[in-house]
Amino acid sequence: MQYVLHILTLVCIYNILAVSLEVLVGRAGFLSVAHAAFYGLGAYTSALLAVQAGVPFLVGNLAGVAVAVAISLVVSLPSLRVHDDYFVIATFAFQVILFSIFKNWMGLTQGPLGIPGIPRPVIFGWHVTTHLDFLILAVAFACFAYFVVWRLTCSPFGRVLHAIREDEVFAKAVGKNTLYFKMTAFAVSAALAASAGSLYASYITYIDPSSFTVMESILIISMVIIGGAGTLLGPLVGAFVLVTLPEALRFVGLPDAVAANLRQIIYGSLLVIMMMFRPRGLVGKYSFGK
Amino acid sequence: MNLRCEHLSKSFDGTRALSDLTLEFPASGVVAIIGPNGAGKTTLINVLTGFLNPDGGRFFLGERELSRLPAHKIARLGVARTFQDLRLIAQVPVLENVMLARPNQKGEGLLRALFRVGVAAEERRNYEEAMRWLEFVGLGAAASQMAGELSYGQQKLLTLACCLATDAKILLLDEPVAGVHPEMVSKILDLMVQLRDAGKQIVFIEHDIASVRRVADLVIVMDQGRVIAQGKPAEVLERPEIMEAYVA
Repeated sequence: MQYVLHILTLVCIYNILAVSLEVLVGRAGFLSVAHAAFYGLGAYTSALLAVQAGVPFLVGNLAGVAVAVAISLVVSLPSLRVHDDYFVIATFAFQVILFSIFKNWMGLTQGPLGIPGIPRPVIFGWHVTTHLDFLILAVAFACFAYFVVWRLTCSPFGRVLHAIREDEVFAKAVGKNTLYFKMTAFAVSAALAASAGSLYASYITYIDPSSFTVMESILIISMVIIGGAGTLLGPLVGAFVLVTLPEALRFVGLPDAVAANLRQIIYGSLLVIMMMFRPRGLVGKYSFGK
Repeated sequence: MNLRCEHLSKSFDGTRALSDLTLEFPASGVVAIIGPNGAGKTTLINVLTGFLNPDGGRFFLGERELSRLPAHKIARLGVARTFQDLRLIAQVPVLENVMLARPNQKGEGLLRALFRVGVAAEERRNYEEAMRWLEFVGLGAAASQMAGELSYGQQKLLTLACCLATDAKILLLDEPVAGVHPEMVSKILDLMVQLRDAGKQIVFIEHDIASVRRVADLVIVMDQGRVIAQGKPAEVLERPEIMEAYVA
């Protein structure tokens, strides 16, 4: 039971990450490979504040969000002036830089040693300690993230994002400041990712740079694409499938000597097959790259 | 207020698309810009709407200089445009395309989008205004259809409705009837006349001389990035050297 609750909690955390990236990828049509960097920013900011200054969870969470938003604005101003492939490269560079900082700034992040002993959240007197408590908290955070993304995407703001995705020139021609919308979407996406990072740090109680690599960014992108870009259901489905699929493969009964490698091969093959036969993802509206 | 430009120049890889172009558009009426391919007509519209930066020269709306403003700011100042290649959001309903074009939408702000204060009322107003322009161009019945499902001519009408929904006073239309069925051509030209009578300034690029004769109050002939003639259609289009340059 504890195991199931743990997996469901991870599904919720990845769900927040996927739905926050959906704002950028599915709505505005921009592929960012820096999502794990913002996830890490939220995690490190709240963890450091909690461990070194005893800052409460919610305050640390908000601080992580604020740092992520501020940095996202600095990154997006030059990055979003360039298009498509160049934007991907710019976010990749940012991801690499931030990972290097997490890994090498020993005085602050303790580098590869990571930050242990992150306190469990206490929210208005509620001590979040058991797996069930944490699942409830994670579900609440995921619902909040969904609410934010739903409100934004089903509004005139979302209408402009959609226009930018389909034809940015048209959006400019009818008077939309597309840079503002792209920067705002990037900031919202970063804020929600940072919030998920803070939640993750307080759940696992230990973080190190290995949780915030470019591979983590690619995993989150995969969740959006496999679930289906352009819908709110897609990230939920994508997060569920990609968190539970590797776990399910543990129970296939593969020989121990090759189990890990075979699991990766099966996992990869399933993703390739799915992309071949359902390029719009499981419940998506758009083929990726459209 | 009218558009005017002074000594505009623009080159692409050494080819001069606009060459020291000085021009003043009248404050009312329909102006046709004609000229052979490569004359610089579309480049002129791209520059005047902020989609291209000029290499030299300046342009103004009334007394306000627009030369370094981005495209969205020029559109907000009341200069809207259409494109030769249709630019629409094909996967959303026709109505959504026109509502997108409405100016100064509070719901486009982050906090308003989240908290929806006053957004519903504004959306109703924008809906009514969008429907008004769709009815005007004859697409009222197609409001809920996907924009991509419309015929080519209807899509041209939709781009015009989007322009109008921005509340622009000046419309720059790049080949508004090119490739359109003759009946639809007539409809689009009639709409242009109605808009002129309603006080809009219309500048359009066109290759079809019959269309130009039918609606233009003023014809500007361009060749090699320069204005080589301008005047009333009846005068300009009868000059053999103009037609020779145009046909060439």
